Amino acid sequence: MLSLHGLRALDRKLARDLVRIWPQALAIALVLASGVATLILAIGAYRSLEETRRLYYAEYGFADVFASATRAPAALESRIAELPGVAIAETRITRHAILDLEGVTEPVTGLLQSLPDRARALLNRPHIRLGRLPEAGAVSEVAINVAFAEAHGLRIGDGFDAILNGKKRRLTIVGAVLSPEHIYAIGPGDLMPDYRRFAILWMSRATLESVFDLDGAFDAVSLKLEPGAREAEVIARVDQLLARYGGTGAYGRTDQISHAFLDAELKQLAALARIIPPVFLLVSAFLLNMTLLRLIALEREQIGLIKALGYSNVAIAAHYLKLVAVITVVGIAIGFALGTLFGQSLTRLYGKFFQFPFLVFEQDGDLYVVAAALSIAAALAGALRAIYTALALPPAVAMSPPAPQRYAHLPGETSALAAHLSQMTVMSLRNMVRFPLRSAMTGLGLSLSVSLLIVSLFAFDAVEAMIDATFFGSQRQDATLNFRDEQSARITADVAHLPGILRVEPFRHVAARIRSGQTARRLTLTGRPGDALLTRQLDLALAPVDVPETGLLINRRLAEVLGVKRGSLVDVEILDGRRGTRSVRVTDVIESYIGLVALMRMDQLNRLLEEGPVVSGVHIAYDRDREAALFREIKATPRIVSIEQQRRALSRFRATLAENIDMMTSIYISLAVVVAFGVVYNSTRIQLSERARDLASLRVLGFHRREVSRVLFTELVVLALVAQPLGWFIGHWLAWLTVQSFSSDLYTTPFVINTATYAKASLVTIAATAASALTVHQRIAALDLVAVLKTRE
Amino acid sequence: MAEVVFQARGLTKVYRTGAVEVRALDGLDLDLFAGELVVLLGPSGSGKSTLLNILGGLDRATDGLCRFRDIDLVRLDDRGLTEFRRRYVGFVFQFYNLIPSLTARENVALVTEISEHPMRPEEALDLVGLSARADHFPAELSGGEQQRVAIARAIAKRPDVLLCDEPTGALDSHTGIRVLEAITAVNRELGTTTAIITHNAAIKDIAHRFCRFADGRIVETTRNQKRLAPAEVSW
Repeated sequence: MLSLHGLRALDRKLARDLVRIWPQALAIALVLASGVATLILAIGAYRSLEETRRLYYAEYGFADVFASATRAPAALESRIAELPGVAIAETRITRHAILDLEGVTEPVTGLLQSLPDRARALLNRPHIRLGRLPEAGAVSEVAINVAFAEAHGLRIGDGFDAILNGKKRRLTIVGAVLSPEHIYAIGPGDLMPDYRRFAILWMSRATLESVFDLDGAFDAVSLKLEPGAREAEVIARVDQLLARYGGTGAYGRTDQISHAFLDAELKQLAALARIIPPVFLLVSAFLLNMTLLRLIALEREQIGLIKALGYSNVAIAAHYLKLVAVITVVGIAIGFALGTLFGQSLTRLYGKFFQFPFLVFEQDGDLYVVAAALSIAAALAGALRAIYTALALPPAVAMSPPAPQRYAHLPGETSALAAHLSQMTVMSLRNMVRFPLRSAMTGLGLSLSVSLLIVSLFAFDAVEAMIDATFFGSQRQDATLNFRDEQSARITADVAHLPGILRVEPFRHVAARIRSGQTARRLTLTGRPGDALLTRQLDLALAPVDVPETGLLINRRLAEVLGVKRGSLVDVEILDGRRGTRSVRVTDVIESYIGLVALMRMDQLNRLLEEGPVVSGVHIAYDRDREAALFREIKATPRIVSIEQQRRALSRFRATLAENIDMMTSIYISLAVVVAFGVVYNSTRIQLSERARDLASLRVLGFHRREVSRVLFTELVVLALVAQPLGWFIGHWLAWLTVQSFSSDLYTTPFVINTATYAKASLVTIAATAASALTVHQRIAALDLVAVLKTRE
Repeated sequence: MAEVVFQARGLTKVYRTGAVEVRALDGLDLDLFAGELVVLLGPSGSGKSTLLNILGGLDRATDGLCRFRDIDLVRLDDRGLTEFRRRYVGFVFQFYNLIPSLTARENVALVTEISEHPMRPEEALDLVGLSARADHFPAELSGGEQQRVAIARAIAKRPDVLLCDEPTGALDSHTGIRVLEAITAVNRELGTTTAIITHNAAIKDIAHRFCRFADGRIVETTRNQKRLAPAEVSW
């Protein structure tokens, strides 16, 4: 009964303690909440995205392996289906075509895909959002992807022209659909989805067969593998079967563009979950430790008294643990709410960016349990040592005042140095040295805030560097035209005669697999003329270099993946046309942030293929004033199957990234401010509490409020200044980690941090520090001079 | 007749906490003259500390008149009071209130740095007999030594008045006497007007005058015909 009554009294004390220190408690809870929120945000969005994709793939039969050929006999389908490990094989026709929409000047590139006529598709089934799929054999019926319909405001029943196999045809829209193959739908050569300029069209197989003279034949096949099948073996067998029919090398999901982009995004989210939350958990552990130590120091005599009254150590430990528990629970609750909210908006943003028929919000309890457990662990790590100091106090010692704080001269302090400093500065510096751990942790907390800002802000620098190198250094053409099949080099002259053309540079693209040792990558091998000006290669220092007369240029990412360097020999397996493997020397490693790049002189590539001068497409520069006339001609040129416009690509790239980066950056900036504010607020409040007597003494001696604040703030300024370079360093390192974990075969992020980014990060942290310090400054006015001086330390 | 340094008339201080009203000073009259050493004597709660705080610019009266020379202390704002303390007042408290992170010399220098015509910190420490301990931190000094540093700090700026609130309250009598010797030496050698408040009646004999406090007023003022040296008093 007595103990129950006593416990209630202690709990009342707890409640009052909490009321007294609520701003500090809230600051700690917010930092903790930031950790919980980022964890839930990143992992929640990761799981939602992954689960949405998994369900989508399963319900709509996303294939495991894809292959294409020039023209393969329909009979081959059953032979592919019988290959060991293959569960389902489904052939189809896929072609590119130029579309001509009323009121749209620029040509639109369309990817045509056939749908089986006899039954519904087994693999890569479209999800019908509106209308229906084209009827078997319907000549002019087409289903289009939803995003394209939305981008142009197209409705069921609307029509547009398409140049199919050189002939213009009028197509009528019967449905708007989504496909698991095109969650991330990107046009040939594009960096970002551009739904105004790139469309996916589904038509009847019979119609496409007749349009493209492919009766009884196919040019693409998708496979579903049996569980446990070896993908590489299946791919090798499919390649063997398709080799005679112009097969360009089968590939698995990892090389399927939409899947690969989603993977890259998932990888980034996972990296986010690993890099950011630990920072917050670390800071909150330190804040709890610092605050609790001070509270226990203030309550030293009370603790002695409570012990003397007969309370056990367990009761006292429980008392302080309850305080920690309240802060932790509040932090976790806020973190849960924010994390769920942010996670859902991030997932929704993904829903906009990626084309899903539905979104699954994966909010399993286990994630919350893990986030809560990590927070509790961090809180305990911070609290236990502080609580131990309370337990270790013998009652008699606790009830007598603590021994006066012992200070010492500063390390390296000389009278000459001291003579240059005011006594106020000396006070600040000695205090900093007196509590090295706290000073270090306060400085570290501020550094972490700076580093968080650098990690979030450097994304803008990286993107600008990427844009600079890609669009202004390397790919300087106005547009790229891709031809149907390989064309004779004479076509270059034909293109040059189109209206407004200023320069034409041909290129050759060949599907290839490049291998070094055990590692291989499937990519497009590019051939370029030696005198190319529109497209250039940049060396690792981003200076333009020529394509060497012999050998291969590969980009840094490919060199790293293959583990090769300048002078190494790699095996180049041609997957197009005349197949075969040749050993080629890597003449140099170049910088290119987009994809895997391997390129050589066009004439040399043609020789390698034992072919004459043929081209796959041309890069062009043209007179913008004659753009409309040029586009009209391009739309009427059957040999051109797609066009990429650099200016549009760039603006899409900027717009898409801006949307993504802006959201993440605003979240991060808020969180970094929370950290800086929380650290500074707690640290200065504790200082104020510890040094109230000193500060009041100064006031009594005739120091003005501002002068007294200086004592507190000199220390803060010193710590904030020291924290900046450390923060830059940690931020640099975290940014490097981010770059490493964000890089994929699709794109690598340049590791570029502008000086201005360091400065911005520092400014934001310093502003948060100043704001936090100002709130404490107000309290110096409220110091009760007389009361403080009348009490014994 | 010496100049009047402090003049208080009808000085009243009322503390209100909720519904409770405490009249710490209740219409008190007092003059302090230049160069004199006055002991204000009274039991705790009699209002003597309140008076000292108002005289020293740490607190403001509720009513009445309180002038330091021609400065009206009742009308000064926080900034004005701070400036007043900075220029004219030296304080000594029962619990020394030294800055623990500064050595004895530095504690004194803290004040001399913001004063117009201060003595050198060493000089002030010499005056209280502590030159030898100038480079020690407070934690390395005894209670009496700390209090003497506090006195040195209070007088180093050559204040017009030295206000001491129970300066010997935390000390044994032997140490307390050494502290009183320091205070009387300052009063004698620098001519600093000095007020000491204490509940220790023995100390009254070292003053030129002493005043007895009761219930927020001065109930008796006596001029000592014969002053004793601190060494001659005991408690």
